[in-house]
Amino acid sequence: MKITVSGTVKEVADGLTVSQLIEQENVETPQYVTVSVNEEFIESGTFDTHILKEGDEVEFLYFMGGGTIMQSIIQDGSDE
Amino acid sequence: MKITIKESDFNRIYEHALSVAPDEACGLIAGTDGEDGIREIKKVYILENIDHTNEHFTIDPREQLKAVKDMRTLGLTPLGNWHSHPETPSRPSEEDKRLANDSSASYLILSLEKEGSPVLNAFHVEGEQGNKTVRKEELIIVEERQD
Repeated sequence: MKITVSGTVKEVADGLTVSQLIEQENVETPQYVTVSVNEEFIESGTFDTHILKEGDEVEFLYFMGGGTIMQSIIQDGSDE
Repeated sequence: MKITIKESDFNRIYEHALSVAPDEACGLIAGTDGEDGIREIKKVYILENIDHTNEHFTIDPREQLKAVKDMRTLGLTPLGNWHSHPETPSRPSEEDKRLANDSSASYLILSLEKEGSPVLNAFHVEGEQGNKTVRKEELIIVEERQD
């Protein structure tokens, strides 16, 4: 079947799950990736059971966040 | 690694960050990633910090998805994100490092610590959790020509 992954149409096996697609696509640090299918966000706990369908549009998004809880030292030590 | 940002985009994020302070402001950056190692930011996305606090940010994933699709439509490459530190220096916190999970991304941090003197720096973060390396990138603010 054909699905669209991050804007690219790909041929994948029927019955492919979101988890299998993540592995197939070699997604870096998958534990921090949010997945949307047809613009609906998929709960990470259902990646193993969510079966993709013909024509699905899948996007992988890295969680984007941070905070100022504690400052760290960078290699050159400069903040200017 | 060098990364450039237009002065007008720098001013936009500075003004936005001031307007939402003391909350942290955040967004995405997109542009071109040259083979010569120079990244050029062509578009800055100002997105919602759904945490709405002065010590943490989370980019609204729905806005993130919309921005990513816009980048694709415009033929731009996702280059990373930016956020403000309203009260602390322009360098990654431990939390910033922990949550920087895209080793290809540039992470821009705008400090508002010194009133009237914003400091914007860019960083690259890579490595495993608990052993991440942060490198400063050379950030150039580019003045635009008036044609």
